[in-house]
Amino acid sequence: MNTSLNWVATGVFVFFFLVVAVMGFLSAHWQRGDLNKLDEWGLGGRRFGVLITWFLLGGDFYTAYTIIAVPAFVYGAGAIGFFALPYTILVYPFVFVVMPRLWSVSKRHNYITLADFARGRYGSRTLALAIAITGILATMPYIALQLVGLQVTIAALGLHGSRFVNDLPLVVAFLVLAAFAYTSGLRAPASIALVKDTMVYIFVLSAVIWIPLKFGGFAHIFNVAGQALASRSTTGTLILPQSQYLPFATLALGSALAAFLYPHTVTGVLSSSSATTIKRNAVLLPIYTLLLGLLASLGYMAIAAGVHVTSTNDTLPSLLQKVFPSWFVGFSFAAIAIGALVPAAIMAIAASNLFTRNIYREYIRPQVAPSEEATVAKVTAILIIVGALAFVVLGAQSYAIVLQLLGGIWITQTLPAVVFGLFARWFHPKALMVGWFAGMFCGTAMAWSQNLKSAIFPLHIGGTTLASYAAIDALILNLAVAAVLTILLGGLGVDRGSDETVPADYVESTI
Amino acid sequence: MSESTASSGLAVLSHDGAKSGVKPGMESRSGSWKWCFLLLLPYVGLLWLPFYAKAEPRLLGFPFFYWYQFAWVLLTMFLIDFVYRRTR
Repeated sequence: MNTSLNWVATGVFVFFFLVVAVMGFLSAHWQRGDLNKLDEWGLGGRRFGVLITWFLLGGDFYTAYTIIAVPAFVYGAGAIGFFALPYTILVYPFVFVVMPRLWSVSKRHNYITLADFARGRYGSRTLALAIAITGILATMPYIALQLVGLQVTIAALGLHGSRFVNDLPLVVAFLVLAAFAYTSGLRAPASIALVKDTMVYIFVLSAVIWIPLKFGGFAHIFNVAGQALASRSTTGTLILPQSQYLPFATLALGSALAAFLYPHTVTGVLSSSSATTIKRNAVLLPIYTLLLGLLASLGYMAIAAGVHVTSTNDTLPSLLQKVFPSWFVGFSFAAIAIGALVPAAIMAIAASNLFTRNIYREYIRPQVAPSEEATVAKVTAILIIVGALAFVVLGAQSYAIVLQLLGGIWITQTLPAVVFGLFARWFHPKALMVGWFAGMFCGTAMAWSQNLKSAIFPLHIGGTTLASYAAIDALILNLAVAAVLTILLGGLGVDRGSDETVPADYVESTI
Repeated sequence: MSESTASSGLAVLSHDGAKSGVKPGMESRSGSWKWCFLLLLPYVGLLWLPFYAKAEPRLLGFPFFYWYQFAWVLLTMFLIDFVYRRTR
């Protein structure tokens, strides 16, 4: 890490950051709509086409924290860090089959959140509330983590001073974020995503072409990395050992199932212009996965390039500083920093949609006028961003990482109600509630038993120990409880609640 | 272009083929949704680690473990695209 401020890099960084901030404000005028309506502010009026949706979902799903954390994980732990690749492959067949149905039913009934859908499908306010709260809880630490990504890059520019000076750029960046989220809604991250993703592609491709040329090719890089990992005292290896098969596979599958249950990804899906737009994006979005794989391999390149860091999060910034000229370092850091703003804005908007629709309108002011609804959402988005900022600035970022780990386990527990609900109205809403609670409790307890350090839980069955991702174990329990109770409640003849949707609602129509 | 629109109630893996000229809710029984089962292949290929947790054969310097995963990115794109065309 540099010890003094790198002026060239900082200048380039600030320039790109400013360009993007201005774009964020101007985007209120783009594809103009009445921003005093919640679906205009919070879903961009559901009219983003294939290309914009591609950039929006790409920028939303592959976040700044991903860009920092994936190479860091590979640098520190080797092969298991590559679970990110199967994860971000397996998510797309799921998106292709499931998400067009969600889009269609949401368009038909003007649903803005998954909790809206649960309310309509199962006629259950309680289930909708459970899903809304799970979504908000899982999103908040995720926003805080974007700040951590931003903080890491700003620190790498060489800004060293009092804590006030260190945090100032972060505070400024997030106030800008809050302001354009307020004025432009989802249009802001959508237009910024275009610039940000182009910048990320440029810097990652440059890195994976330039660094192997400079350090003797991929074969050499993998050899050096393999030897370095073997000589460390930690368990990292270049080829996944048998003991990590199950953790690797369950992490990939669990993360893939959870990814499109998060409010911010759902918001990205619902803002697209048609179910076909989503299907075509399921084909095109894996291009980002190639990028992520290359990004992961930068973790090995950092080892081969002799990068030494005290915190693995500094892996990527240190590598870039080691091999690139200052102006390009500034460009790359700006890409990462802007990469924090896009998902953070979408997350804040998505969480405030949930609060406004499913808590405020449902429990506090049922008769709320559309314009008031939009205002409540805008103010909530600001409060959420300021809350996340306070969390990180006050030094609670290690909690953010723990909570995000828990968030992944929690959000997976909404799968039975949402995903199964999109195909059949078989589960009893009360059974889904109990299943959700069982999954939340069990998943949290499993992570707790690992002292919240890891989401991998060693399950002892008979004489063997199966270490797997707690989200999957909790989901299996959740589904089992929900299924058994559904059969029981059905036998007892307990009221199954209403369903305002019909099968045709789930199928896109062009007429 | 086929005129199929899969039913939403047929099976768990039904899809939403949209077709001009087909009214919402009109369901043909052509069974093109069965193509969706092809989408299970990436799950098998990537979740069964004994297939690929090894170093050899290498490709362009990448150990098998790595290039196999990259290959699945492209394969999955082609698979989804194929199913998209078949179920449209």
